[in-house]
Amino acid sequence: MYDKGKIIPGIIVFVCLLIFPILYNSGSAGVLPNPEKPKDQKECVKDKQYMRTTHMQLINDWRDEVLREGNREKVVVQGKKYDKSLMNGCMTCHTNKKKFCDECHVYASVYPYCWDCHFVPKETI
Amino acid sequence: MDDKRRRFLKLAGLSAVAGIGAPSAFNLLLKGEVNASSPAPASHGTESPGSGHGEAPTGVRLGMVIDVNKFAENPGMAQKCVDGCHQTHNVPIFLDSKGQVNPKDAIKWIWKEPFENLFPDHSHYRRNDALHELPFLALCNHCDNPPCVRACPTKATFKQKNGSVIMDFHRCIGCRFCMAACPYGARSFNWRSPRERDENGNLKFIKNLNEKFPTRMRGVVEKCNFCAERISEGLPPKCVEATGDTGAMIFGDMNDPNAPISQVLKSTFTIQRKPALGTLPSVFYII
Repeated sequence: MYDKGKIIPGIIVFVCLLIFPILYNSGSAGVLPNPEKPKDQKECVKDKQYMRTTHMQLINDWRDEVLREGNREKVVVQGKKYDKSLMNGCMTCHTNKKKFCDECHVYASVYPYCWDCHFVPKETI
Repeated sequence: MDDKRRRFLKLAGLSAVAGIGAPSAFNLLLKGEVNASSPAPASHGTESPGSGHGEAPTGVRLGMVIDVNKFAENPGMAQKCVDGCHQTHNVPIFLDSKGQVNPKDAIKWIWKEPFENLFPDHSHYRRNDALHELPFLALCNHCDNPPCVRACPTKATFKQKNGSVIMDFHRCIGCRFCMAACPYGARSFNWRSPRERDENGNLKFIKNLNEKFPTRMRGVVEKCNFCAERISEGLPPKCVEATGDTGAMIFGDMNDPNAPISQVLKSTFTIQRKPALGTLPSVFYII
């Protein structure tokens, strides 16, 4: 092999550079999102796990029920009534979009376009 | 080329086309698979198109009667209806750089319109002078056979069970087919973002924001929704509320024989906008 002395150290340096970020961050998961839940509320319309994985589906279903079927019946969970609405339902308890929605959405790089039309609570629009 | 051969080839070609095409086209039309114009299934009013007052046998069919004389007695009330509706639904008032309203990109859910524009098929020679001064309100007719619903490629516009034609703004892609299809000009397009802000961070086009109702975004069509969000709470539409107890606007279920609207429709001569189109409007006018 020609230029053995340059190629082999070159490859070693290249591989080191390549795996450096992996080694450097190994053992830590980074900063995990920590959405702030409303302090004065204990219950949501569904359990925590369901809401974590399926809230987007639930909101879509609510929209279709309300608009398409005209079924605006409130969701009753443990005697408490919730509007089937993002703005007039979810966000009445989860009043802080930045500390609740954005916390995970930014982490997962998800940017839903809810807020193009709907209002963030107490936003000066 | 020999003239005879040329003529022969032309004739042979034409006969072939006619022979293959005509029977299949005939068959389709005879079987009724293709209609010259196919109406959307009208669930509420099943009378033949063009007959105007579509009467539905079952179910709720919301309708509205507008008594123009009552509006004439109460000057300013029509504007109150418009303002009330537009404020409730965060309808933007687009202003150009000079601060003027450009009618080309104006958004309107309910608006004032002169008689001759509202009822072009009623225009005739030597019309009553008073007609020109009457404040006519126009809004979406919530047709029983809505052309906009048929035109919408994404089903963003649809007819609810109670007969009102409403929109799911999430699904609107802004193709504006519905605007071309609507014969009443009841639809408006957001050419600009309704949420544009000035340098102080205030909304430029929406004053007196209603935080219970969302705005729209750029590239979305919008129109009157017969106050679907208010009706579900048992409230009358905002425009009807603005008329107070004058009875200038009567709203209700046209299929309920005891509802005030049914009584009025039964006992009073009313007209609809462009009934000959067969859209079966749900808005009636007393003039």
